Amino acid sequence: MTISPPRLGPRPSGPVPGDDDAIVAALRPRRPKVLLGVSLFVVAVLVLPLAFLLTEADGSGATKLWHLVWRSLTASLLWNTVRLTVVVTVLCAVIGTLAAYGVERTDLPARRVWAVLVVVPFAIPDFVVSFGWSSLSTWVQGFRGAVVVMTLAVYPLVYLPVSASLRGADPGQEEIALSLGASRLSTFVRITLGQARRAILGGCLLVALVILAEYGAFEILGYQTFTTEIFTEFTIGFDTSSACALSLVLVALSLVLLVGDGAWRGGGRVSRGGPGAQRQLVRRRLGRGKLPVTFAYALLVLAGLGVPVGSSIYWIFEGGAHALVGASLGSAALHTVGYSLAAALVATAMAVPVALLVVRHPGRLHLLLERTTFLVLAMPGLVVALAISYFSEHDLNGFGHQSAPLLVLAYSILFFPLALVCVRASVAQSPVGLEEVAGSLGVRRLGTLVRVTFPLIAPGLGAAFCLVFLSAVTELTATLILIPTGAETLATQFWAYQQNLSYGQAAPFALVIIAIAAVPSYVLERFFDRLPLRRAVTRAPKVVT
Amino acid sequence: MQSSFGASACIRSPGVVSGLLSMTTIALLSLSLAACAGTSPTTAAGRVTITLYNGQHLQTTEALVTAFEKASGIGVALRDNDEDVLDAEIVTEGSRSPADVVLTENSPALEYLQSKGLLAPVDPSTLAQTPGRYSSPQGDWVGVSARVSVLIYNPGQIDKRALPTHVLQLADPRYKGKLALAPGETDFQPVVTSVLRTYGKARALEWLDGIRVNAGSHVYPDDETVAEVVNRGIVAFGVVNQYYWYRMRAEIGASNMRSEIAYFAPRDPGYVLDVSGAGILKSSRHQAAAQKFLAFLVSKQGQEIIGHSISFEYPIASGVQSPPPETPFDELEPNPIDVGGLGTGARAVALLSEAQLL
Repeated sequence: MTISPPRLGPRPSGPVPGDDDAIVAALRPRRPKVLLGVSLFVVAVLVLPLAFLLTEADGSGATKLWHLVWRSLTASLLWNTVRLTVVVTVLCAVIGTLAAYGVERTDLPARRVWAVLVVVPFAIPDFVVSFGWSSLSTWVQGFRGAVVVMTLAVYPLVYLPVSASLRGADPGQEEIALSLGASRLSTFVRITLGQARRAILGGCLLVALVILAEYGAFEILGYQTFTTEIFTEFTIGFDTSSACALSLVLVALSLVLLVGDGAWRGGGRVSRGGPGAQRQLVRRRLGRGKLPVTFAYALLVLAGLGVPVGSSIYWIFEGGAHALVGASLGSAALHTVGYSLAAALVATAMAVPVALLVVRHPGRLHLLLERTTFLVLAMPGLVVALAISYFSEHDLNGFGHQSAPLLVLAYSILFFPLALVCVRASVAQSPVGLEEVAGSLGVRRLGTLVRVTFPLIAPGLGAAFCLVFLSAVTELTATLILIPTGAETLATQFWAYQQNLSYGQAAPFALVIIAIAAVPSYVLERFFDRLPLRRAVTRAPKVVT
Repeated sequence: MQSSFGASACIRSPGVVSGLLSMTTIALLSLSLAACAGTSPTTAAGRVTITLYNGQHLQTTEALVTAFEKASGIGVALRDNDEDVLDAEIVTEGSRSPADVVLTENSPALEYLQSKGLLAPVDPSTLAQTPGRYSSPQGDWVGVSARVSVLIYNPGQIDKRALPTHVLQLADPRYKGKLALAPGETDFQPVVTSVLRTYGKARALEWLDGIRVNAGSHVYPDDETVAEVVNRGIVAFGVVNQYYWYRMRAEIGASNMRSEIAYFAPRDPGYVLDVSGAGILKSSRHQAAAQKFLAFLVSKQGQEIIGHSISFEYPIASGVQSPPPETPFDELEPNPIDVGGLGTGARAVALLSEAQLL
């Protein structure tokens, strides 16, 4: 969604008179029954937590629900949540877009190095970033602290799609604008930003959804939002219905975001005349600005990457003189990697049918199915975990309770939208013609899928795998509920020690998390790096409407 | 152009496919690995393993578990979380609960499980190790350690003589903007329960309203954070349990301490002794092993481990005394409210919610 929305061109309608059209219609399966069936199943799994929310909230009774939601605390939580979401989203849009512009369109020194370094902060868990900052200065607290920490932790969600989109856009339009007498600023605003608008919006949507569901960072910073209150309600009341009722408010907020996003991106289209042969991009010379701009990048990397890493190292040496628990570190790392790899695989596999459905067979219903899955992003991990554990207890007679597969399923649900974003972008680029050729050569559909489609969308599968993997490595709240007894992950251990003020013992876990998550984030950057080039080559000319 | 790209992609496909395959293999292997590591609380090779749901501080519990495993030959699988979450899990799991023993930070979490009829009676010999007033009046759980509610203050922000000595003074308008509070912390509920029992609902509610105004935006998720913000001078003072201050000092070093602790007036309703305890689940299939673990917790060895741990809680059984620098346990002068009086904490939670603090 953030990278390249499917073209919703004229939908293939029913059989059209004419021999050629009839043959085409016969060749192309009109109703992708299997695909639709599988996708419906995937979406059903994803809305499971939502169904749980509704039943639980309903169980608490309308009066209690009304009292819970309609009180002054809710108003202050709403204010806290909304203002933070707005401010951080705007900041991420600005920082992410400018950083992408600098790397993609200017002669910034060491561009490829910066391109990787500005992405890595996404791999650092938000609670580690806030731990790093808040242990550094008392200034980073409350609203201020939440703005700083969340901006630094999630701006790559804007950077990645925008940089991809800038590379795919036609630089010729800028040149034309300049030649027609537009100023540089006006060209940047009207042409460059216009070209990247969808990517910026898509990134902002992800940022906003992530902030709605964030818990760990705000807990450490002492900032109250809906999600932290949901946790308090859950942990204090001995029952889940209040937590679920409050979660519904979050879901409503994310619905507003999704609908707003849909409405906003609906108007106007940005496209290029045709891929043609792209002329070598002339990078804008920074001139005297080179030094300050490089300095700005250094500052961003220092703030996003240097502070959490630096403070973790500091606490290892300065923290209380406790023996480092090497065995615990190793076992936690092993579990973390195991669960995360499995989740990455499952989530990627789940994303394939939905991506194929929505790109190859665009339509209102399919698009709605796809959009529904994004609601999951705004649901706190705790709620998803509660839903899964509830179903295993009540509907499956305790089957799978506190087992690794259930935890993996929770991760897969939580991070499905991220996988979908990547897979869908790749499917959108791979030419459907090749699949048709394979079909006409007598290859069965499954064979086509394995031998033609998968190789074509492999980069997207890889990116989805990496994105889910690094998100799962840093997951905390669902893990705490669903983890098998006796097992531990890096995040749960970090949390346990951090919560006990044992910073010296928490810090090594943070460093290992960063080290493990840095590799996939590098791979991810390479994926987004190559994305638009392929699109430019493989896509048929787009009709400007 | 399309076909040339497509062809190159297909030529490359063996590499891509094998890459995907190897990724799949790694994931499946690691999943089975993780699954194996997760299945522990069963009797394996003759060794009994009990499952402990731990709401207490991880490091101290780990030390206790290690010593117990060594002494008894019984294995312990540890599940760590907030005591409330563990309570909720146990209630949801019902008779299928994998938990054998539950160890909590505060008595209300155990009283709650007891009120649901989920706890089995503790061996009388174990109960005998702890003074009776620190264990369940019904005998369904045993007190293991204790701590008291105190004020933590930053002398750079507020003079010791200006601090409240009476719990109701926390709501005094002169402390506006100076008070840090963690209303969702289970350590604060006993104070609310104590005020509620002493002064009745109307006054307690009025008091909480004043506290909410005084705390303003200085409302935090837990006592660790309260201790930290006071130590850094972000807020002048707060209400915590005494051991947070000692733990913080052990962690960051005495030279980095900018805060002190102060006690409420003797027997003030805000001066509450909280008991941490352990109980055995009725549904446990390892009753004998679970009883052994409880006996170990209150034994001299177990209590010494607690007394010398970085939890800085007071050992309360087998006559073990806490070492300095803590104020000796018998010099404390808390309010006489006991574990029965503190109950399940449900009324405190309802009141906090009514006062818009939860």
